[in-house]
Amino acid sequence: MRRFFCITVVAMMTMALMITGCAKKEAAKEPVKLGVAGPHSGDLASYGIPTVRAAELAVKEINATGGILGRPVELLVEDDVCKPEVATNTATKLVSDGAVVVLGHICSGATKAALGIYNDARIIVMSPSATNPDLTQSGDYPNFFRTIASDDMQAMLGVKFTVNKLGAKKVAVIHDKGDYGKGYAEFAKKYLDEMEGAEAVLFEGITPGAVDYSAIVQKIAKSGAEAVIYGGYHPEASKIVTQMRKKQMNTFFVSDDGVKDVTFIKVAGEFAEGVYASGPMDVSDLPMYKSAVEAHKAQYGEDPGAFFKEGYAATLALLNAIQKAGSTEYTAVEKVLRSEYVDTPVGSISFDAKGDAIGVGFSMYKVVNGEYVEQK
Amino acid sequence: MDYFFELFLGGLTRGSIYALIALGYTMVYGIIELINFAHGEIYMIGAFTALIVASLLTMAGFKGLAVLALSMVVAVIYAGAYGFTVEKIAYKPLRQASRLSPLISAIGMSIFLQNYVLLAQTSDFLPFPSLIPKFGFMAPYEPIFSSSELVIVSVTATVMVLLTCLIKFTRMGKAMRATAQDRKMAMLAGININRVISTTFVIGSCLAAVGGVLIASHIGQINFYIGFIAGIKAFTAAVLGGIGSVPGAVLGSLVLGWTESFVTGYISSDYEDVFAFLLLVLILIFRPEGILGKSRAQKV
Repeated sequence: MRRFFCITVVAMMTMALMITGCAKKEAAKEPVKLGVAGPHSGDLASYGIPTVRAAELAVKEINATGGILGRPVELLVEDDVCKPEVATNTATKLVSDGAVVVLGHICSGATKAALGIYNDARIIVMSPSATNPDLTQSGDYPNFFRTIASDDMQAMLGVKFTVNKLGAKKVAVIHDKGDYGKGYAEFAKKYLDEMEGAEAVLFEGITPGAVDYSAIVQKIAKSGAEAVIYGGYHPEASKIVTQMRKKQMNTFFVSDDGVKDVTFIKVAGEFAEGVYASGPMDVSDLPMYKSAVEAHKAQYGEDPGAFFKEGYAATLALLNAIQKAGSTEYTAVEKVLRSEYVDTPVGSISFDAKGDAIGVGFSMYKVVNGEYVEQK
Repeated sequence: MDYFFELFLGGLTRGSIYALIALGYTMVYGIIELINFAHGEIYMIGAFTALIVASLLTMAGFKGLAVLALSMVVAVIYAGAYGFTVEKIAYKPLRQASRLSPLISAIGMSIFLQNYVLLAQTSDFLPFPSLIPKFGFMAPYEPIFSSSELVIVSVTATVMVLLTCLIKFTRMGKAMRATAQDRKMAMLAGININRVISTTFVIGSCLAAVGGVLIASHIGQINFYIGFIAGIKAFTAAVLGGIGSVPGAVLGSLVLGWTESFVTGYISSDYEDVFAFLLLVLILIFRPEGILGKSRAQKV
């Protein structure tokens, strides 16, 4: 207990030292301020902290080679705890602190809440993880970009995989009532209904954080579903899977990238075996990916968590666009983002008219012997 | 019919889980009319203590029931100490203050404890070993009702009986009842009310720790935030059953558990909380003192 506490204190102190150190050295030149927003505390912090680390590592490298536009890059890190009502405060804080571009937010709900504020302030936002389709497809947020593919693509993959590869015709669709989980589940239901011979036998939202899910598990059993498609995050998914397996149900469990997290396997343990979850395509062979992971290991002594590479890619894409545009002005940066490709740890990417990344996609993974294995 | 029975057992387990926590709320309220919002956090601290102790014991080569018993004992002692300290720090200095002050102090304590565990431990979910040994049931019931569910239900029942006996038949129980009735008179009659209140907090905290260990072992995961929702639900259950009454807390918890289970099973899990809290509103309208609560004439 004391050790963890010491590590936290030391980490906080080193971070503070790094920031003050940078500021002193480059006092003469106005830094380019990059806002980083996401959950850095709370129960979803494991999704936000990897992005902060990615931004720190990418910026460290860029600053070591002279920064961008001859100016150093400074990070403004703000916590939004994944809550929409906090995210608006976070956004206001970043805007008033002078962030030029923003990396984040992490959760779709929080991102949606914050986007209006950034749009009014003419600030470009790039999320490494917000996959809600509306964010780009509604056209309401012209300042929004993302380095991850959207949920409808993910739901399509999940449904096709469940019906065609696993051969399950009756599917129970469950979600956590959140923007992200429910959005995914609604698309899954839509595609299931459109598909010949397949049907959604159950479509329900559960309460996140509940102590027990045995009633919904029994309902799934009664519905005769051959597979469950779950939209949501790993804490609930692991509880549901655990209770299903304890009730001796061997129903397939297919889920999204909110579940494709090492914490899921750690928590669900033996019950995680055989669970399917979609996630960003495997890019572990790319040299840029390898060097980013090694930098992370050297700095923090462990493997990076969820959305690390997407966060790294978004940092590079944003800073590269500012460098090529020659200024931090909104329209110039936006034009570069939409027209030029940049090499990142998720591959060579650019952005389409809506803000979705061209060159990234999803694959299905299965838990085998405690690891996610890509299904070809 | 089978489906009904499954839902019934599921609701029974869920209700027993709430009851283990609700007992602490109801006892503290019964004595000093304070809603101890930090109670859910004591439950969480109990579970964390058990996780740490169980990991150490497993590393040291202990197995099975020994791990369960030892980690349970340490968790109970540790949580009891927390309950004692929380009362001394956050509530005792405010005993003469208006009723709002200790309530706010309780909420502050709850947030403090959550964040303290967050910083000292981690924000991630942690796997919790299933400490309760598995034993089989007859063929048709095996998938429906597991050993950990049986243990939770029977522990809740035992605890309720023991607590009722403690309050009815022991000296301490008598002192508790006297303090609950009229604090000033009890003091004049020579009862050390500070000791009575401390004992109540310690007993409530120990029960929360027992609940924490059993529930974490049943569900298989914990993090620093589990106390919050469990606490809110248990508090609701205590109010439903009649806050201040021990059997009321258990009955209220079971009613809440069954409501949630049957609503999920026959209507939709989307409406689980809607119906649970609708029930609370209805009970409070038609029987404001709760199902088993006693209405008390207020002195004006």
